[in-house]
Amino acid sequence: MHMSDGLLNAPTSLLFVAVAVVGVGVALAKARGDLDDRTAPMAGLVAAFVFATQMLNFPVLPGVSGHLLGGALAAILVGPWVGALCVTIVLVVQSLFFADGGVTALGANVTNMALIGTAIGYLTAVALRRLATRNKGGLAAVAFVSALVNTVLASFGFVLEYAIGGQGGVAFGTVAAAVLGVHVLIGIGEGVITAVTVTAVATARPDLVYLLRGVPQKLELKA
Amino acid sequence: MKRFFLGFAVVSLVLAGVVSYFADSDPDGLDHVTEQQGIAEHAQDHPLAGWPLADYAVGGDDRFTGLAGVIGVVLTLAVAGGLFWLLRKRSGVRSDTNSDVR
Repeated sequence: MHMSDGLLNAPTSLLFVAVAVVGVGVALAKARGDLDDRTAPMAGLVAAFVFATQMLNFPVLPGVSGHLLGGALAAILVGPWVGALCVTIVLVVQSLFFADGGVTALGANVTNMALIGTAIGYLTAVALRRLATRNKGGLAAVAFVSALVNTVLASFGFVLEYAIGGQGGVAFGTVAAAVLGVHVLIGIGEGVITAVTVTAVATARPDLVYLLRGVPQKLELKA
Repeated sequence: MKRFFLGFAVVSLVLAGVVSYFADSDPDGLDHVTEQQGIAEHAQDHPLAGWPLADYAVGGDDRFTGLAGVIGVVLTLAVAGGLFWLLRKRSGVRSDTNSDVR
């Protein structure tokens, strides 16, 4: 879901560079409280996993693919602030080393995938936390739903940015319907990958799942 | 703990280095919509389009996607791991004592 340069006009691109800088700045300030000798290496590995998984486009319609964005996944595993930084680092590495996602578009791409996606994914997971802490199935369901919502609302970020200053003059409703429709399908894939990943980590190391902090670990051993 | 972290790293390396060859090469949802609606006509070439790792290839050769993926995973791990290690709280307290806080 990486925008190239040129899809948004220059003022809009700059506006979202500013939004991204502020958002990432807040995340940097807040992340410190969630990072220690145990969670810092975990967070680095989560970023690397998101990079790897974003390479794995899966088919959603004939001629159309999708890939994980990773905001909900990162937020559930390492928290919203560190999670937003994980996805931001992935997007920066992709743009500056792999020419994937524009450079002036980086602000908008970070806003959509790292800020909106992670925030919404996390808020959804927290709203459903009671279900997530019940058993493995509940955790998987919460991961799935959080990831689906994260994908759809991250894509809505593009719709908004296009409405503010997109090139080509396509009507809001036309862009919104097409973008949101296909991202519901991509979100199902994102939901499955997120549910499988979070459940696997929770099985091996429940203490490394941010969403489960404070939950007595014996609860997590139930299948 | 070490074993888990090592395993997690290996999973990412295998996904990027091997499974990436099986990825769908069709445009993703956003690229598809912007192409269909004529928005993509306004797209500019990436300033690094000619750089050796552009588009997850090595020197434009798709056969090295796996190598590009492994480079990306290592690079991301180095940047993110390095940043998070520098940012972490250095309390001098053993890490396992924080596990149930909050």
